[in-house]
Amino acid sequence: MALTNDTIQQRLQEKFGESVFAFRDSHCMLEFAAPKELNLKVLNFLYDDAALQFQFLTDLTGVHYPSNKGGELAVVYHLHSLKENARLRFKIFVPIEQPEVYTATGLFSAANWMERETYDFFGILFVGHPNLKRILNVDEMDYFPLRKEFPLEDQTRIDKDDEMFGRGGTIK
Amino acid sequence: MSEQHIKLPEGSIEKTTTTLNLGPTHPATHGVMQNILELDGERIVSADQTIGYIHRAFEKLAERRPLAQITTLTDRLNYCSAPLNNMGWHMTCEKLLGVQTPKRVDYLRVIMMELARIADHLICNSIMGVDAGAYTGFLYVMQYRELIYEIYEEVCGARLTTNMGRIGGFERNFTDKAFQKLEKFLEEYPRALKEFENMFQRNRIFMDRTMGVGGISAERALNYGFTGPNLRAAGVDYDVRVQSPYSSYQDFDFIIPVGSTGDCYDRWLVREQEMWQSLSILGQAYQKIQSFKGAEAEVYHADAPAYYLPEKKDVYTKMEALIYHFKIIMGETEIPAGEVYHSIEAGNGELGFYLISDGGRSPYRLHFRRPCFIYYQAYEELVKGSMLSDAIMTMSSLNLIAGEMDA
Repeated sequence: MALTNDTIQQRLQEKFGESVFAFRDSHCMLEFAAPKELNLKVLNFLYDDAALQFQFLTDLTGVHYPSNKGGELAVVYHLHSLKENARLRFKIFVPIEQPEVYTATGLFSAANWMERETYDFFGILFVGHPNLKRILNVDEMDYFPLRKEFPLEDQTRIDKDDEMFGRGGTIK
Repeated sequence: MSEQHIKLPEGSIEKTTTTLNLGPTHPATHGVMQNILELDGERIVSADQTIGYIHRAFEKLAERRPLAQITTLTDRLNYCSAPLNNMGWHMTCEKLLGVQTPKRVDYLRVIMMELARIADHLICNSIMGVDAGAYTGFLYVMQYRELIYEIYEEVCGARLTTNMGRIGGFERNFTDKAFQKLEKFLEEYPRALKEFENMFQRNRIFMDRTMGVGGISAERALNYGFTGPNLRAAGVDYDVRVQSPYSSYQDFDFIIPVGSTGDCYDRWLVREQEMWQSLSILGQAYQKIQSFKGAEAEVYHADAPAYYLPEKKDVYTKMEALIYHFKIIMGETEIPAGEVYHSIEAGNGELGFYLISDGGRSPYRLHFRRPCFIYYQAYEELVKGSMLSDAIMTMSSLNLIAGEMDA
């Protein structure tokens, strides 16, 4: 029996009740969110549950949503259950003033560099990470370049109208 | 120099191990990456990898580019098999935009993707030979990679950073010459591959250098996020082409070669067998393409006028074509809002694209799941306790591409 998105959702809701939310089907992939305190609990549950077995961490990255007050930074996990061949996307939102999340390195060795990369670009602090330092950028860098407050082009340029590039003005 | 001028680091007199910098520009690293090795004699005590020397901020750049302009960024990820990245990116966009590609486009893509896979594996396997001291194989197979590059050139005009195809299909139909070149390749390559295989597969020196070197168990490999030939060498039959078929891979008949020990020799064998499988897929795809008749045999792109650049003669004569041409070229096409993850089986593993659009003209966020970035972190575990020369072998057997690792 193939594992459907509904079954996964049901299992999660049975276990975590109202704590897991924002379920949706995004191009055939189940997506949901959880509070940041629960991230390891959810990952562990998905890993250990006999029916689910999401034991492969496909991807881990961050996204910055400046307008989402109180949860400006998102950590996005893509998990894959190789046994059932099902994928899902799991998000947690953290406030930008205190961007702390528990590390998933205890569960997945692969998370080590992925979390370092996410820290490098978004400044998300992974609590308990064995070696949380920059990975692609230089160590001396004192900002987190993929945050939206760093627009790509020199903002002092006046010969180019930002309106032309689809996103009227800079994002504050 | 008198003694007082020499300033040694604290504790370096008492230290019993040697620190060795392997890279960033060592010829054996095949790319710009650094390894700080602690050696006890010739045994490796620890390895500390530094990457990021050619980081070019592709994810940030992509946030200001229309979809079509991001294809050129994907070229520069794994530059040994650029068409694979290009096709993966187009398919990601098509998934988000809801574009359905015709069967013939899928098969043409399969042809280009499998050619790119052969080129990728060929480089990796022959470079392993170079690192074991056998330069001949590498030089010999280069002329067959040249045949592949000539096909690329015929199809898209470029050789290395191909920027091949468009959202919805190809920029033009394959010429007869392209198919002739493919036929030539299919005819000549098997003999060369067999010869290359004979040179290494049962070669005593090569076997001694690679067997039992850099091995990893299936559980560890999965935990480290290994994908592609490196994972299959450890005995896990995970292949994106089979697990979640894209571009009509379900229409093809092929097997997934797997190894058992996950060492360098198994990785080499898996790649070698995959080249044979790719050849078989190429033959099947070419046959399927020849079976299209009439108007169907001329189809080379999907009907997606808002994203697929119209033909130039239509731009001059048709109003709609002119409008679409302008909008696409100026990057004024709005992308529907949504989030999509799409992955393909690239040369060295699962290459994923995580694309978020908020309805603007460029992605809100684009993240590349780069396979070798993820599995390179296992390097320390792979080489710990082995000899320095084994570390070199292990590195080249992993198929690390600095461009992909650093994005």
